[in-house]
Amino acid sequence: MRQDSLRQREQRTGWWLVAPALLFLILIYAYPIARSIGLSLFSQNLGTELQPVFTGLSNYSRMAVDGRFWQSLGNTTLFTVLSVLLELLLGLGIALVLNRSFRGRGVVRTIALLPWALPTALIATTWTWIFNDQFGVWNDLLLRLGLIQTGVNWLGDPNWALWTVIAADVWKTTPFIAILLLAGLQSIPADLYEAHAIDGATAWQSFWQITLPLLLPQILIASLFRFAQAFGIFDLIQVMTGGGPGGATETVSIYIYATIMRYLDFGYGAALVVVTFVILSLAVALAAWGLTRLRAAHNLGDSR
Amino acid sequence: MAKLSLRNLNKTFAPQVVPLKDLSLEVEDGEFLTLLGPSGCGKSTTLRLIAGLEQPTQGEIWIGDRDVTQQPPGDRNIAMVFQSYALYPHMSVYDNMASGLRLKRMPATEIHHRIDEVSQFLGLDGLMQRKPGQLSGGQRQRVALARALVRRPDVFLLDEPLSNLDALLREQVRAELKQIFADQPTPIVYVTHDQTEAMTLSTRVAVLNEGLLQQLDSPKRIYTRPANRFVASFIGSPQMNLLSLPCQGEYALLGRYKVPLPQPIRLPEVVLGIRPEHLRLARPGETLALALQGQVMLVENLGMSDLLSIQIENTPYWLRALLSPDQSWADRQISLMLPSESLHWFDPQTGDRLF
Repeated sequence: MRQDSLRQREQRTGWWLVAPALLFLILIYAYPIARSIGLSLFSQNLGTELQPVFTGLSNYSRMAVDGRFWQSLGNTTLFTVLSVLLELLLGLGIALVLNRSFRGRGVVRTIALLPWALPTALIATTWTWIFNDQFGVWNDLLLRLGLIQTGVNWLGDPNWALWTVIAADVWKTTPFIAILLLAGLQSIPADLYEAHAIDGATAWQSFWQITLPLLLPQILIASLFRFAQAFGIFDLIQVMTGGGPGGATETVSIYIYATIMRYLDFGYGAALVVVTFVILSLAVALAAWGLTRLRAAHNLGDSR
Repeated sequence: MAKLSLRNLNKTFAPQVVPLKDLSLEVEDGEFLTLLGPSGCGKSTTLRLIAGLEQPTQGEIWIGDRDVTQQPPGDRNIAMVFQSYALYPHMSVYDNMASGLRLKRMPATEIHHRIDEVSQFLGLDGLMQRKPGQLSGGQRQRVALARALVRRPDVFLLDEPLSNLDALLREQVRAELKQIFADQPTPIVYVTHDQTEAMTLSTRVAVLNEGLLQQLDSPKRIYTRPANRFVASFIGSPQMNLLSLPCQGEYALLGRYKVPLPQPIRLPEVVLGIRPEHLRLARPGETLALALQGQVMLVENLGMSDLLSIQIENTPYWLRALLSPDQSWADRQISLMLPSESLHWFDPQTGDRLF
């Protein structure tokens, strides 16, 4: 009896303590998501004089044949895969260098982290100038090396524009991955490498057989963070190209922004949001599942 | 197989940091050599030099007729058991053992055969698919050993392999180690700061202090004839009694007692050493001239014996003696015999053994 009431009282206190956070989450996450899902079932645009009219799934069927949507999804996927891959490779390289002890490592580590600490809009503007067709430092460099004869309009060329955005993003975010992976590298005991060296392994073999498998959790976490961020990329592209030229760098976020803010098509915009949300959730769930499995297989090995 | 020899090894990190000053020794096939000493004596550095994990500043390392001083660790054909075991956490027990053999491109059937043999011998059969994290401390230790044994190396190196086990397990594994390595036809170098391990396992013990070899001898000789004051005080528990006494030619003066020296010497002072377990009570008929009268100041019960701290009558000297716990010693006046065959004499300046 008495124990029961004690438990009940504890539970009640627990609910009180959780309540503020719960309220916060409902207001900030649950409500907007639910509202978007609801709105996606309505047409609410200039055609309906901005009044919501229930149209069922028609927004979604429109999406299926919306070439611009598919192009932006393709751009987003390409941008995400390429930038995350490049950032992982470069980040791992930097982390491996920073993991060795050398004179001035602290300074180098701080410098390496700087790009990540700078505001994105600032970086975007800078990179826009770097890639400027007449005054850009990149064209200047290529001209001096004799690789091109006349300045290329990188941001204005549909074949190159996405690459310029990827370059800027890689420059900005690689340090983040490097620091994350560096933390992982530092948690690998040095004597594993010593044992492996005595077993006859070369540095290259140790990298594949020790470093990479033991770093996999950190690599997965970094990819997960970066995937979610890159998939929703907006600010960098908005400042650099605004989605142009001709939609060559238009990502889903930019398209959603245009749909809602420029074309005032709230219903269709909401449907786009819902689809993006589902894709992102699926990807994150998949990565989280992989991470848990990896942890289960690994972490047993870490407990001492 | 192959003899291991170290020739004038020196390791200098900085002018003030010289973990190993000058070490030369040889380890024959099948010999179990223990490097023993307090922390910072250079024993781990020596092991890492043999393994190739560090490069010596001076000196050479030979395995058989190969000069391996400049060779990378993997080419030396040695196996090492680490204090932390250094098991690869993401690999199964089987893969941990196979790793070194696969790196040598050994055929899978041969690998399987070797691992089978060693795992049966060490009782690891049922654990082959487990990860190190799923094993107990003792099992991990055994896997680390197995990983070294399957390699069939030219030299075995063991770096305090028992220090992460609890006391009970340590004693058991110590006995197992002795059995396992008794059959190995190679030099074995074992590093420890635990003198019990050194005494029980080794064929020879190298006592190191401050980067210098103090004594290289059989465990028995190390105990019965310590080469200097450091070895005398480091080996044996409870510690040997060491008294600085004034010297008068043929005698050392312990208060009013004259302790005869084996030979007359011309030193103003001499250090007398006697182990607590070698002090005994004077029997009623014995000449009281050689018996020391003393007051028991402290009794520590060690279970199988009592450790007594005794102040010698009318002197500032204290002696510690191990005596049978069958009577109560507290506050008693007793007379102790110093058996002349158990006395050690050292030079107070150099610390070297006199006789």
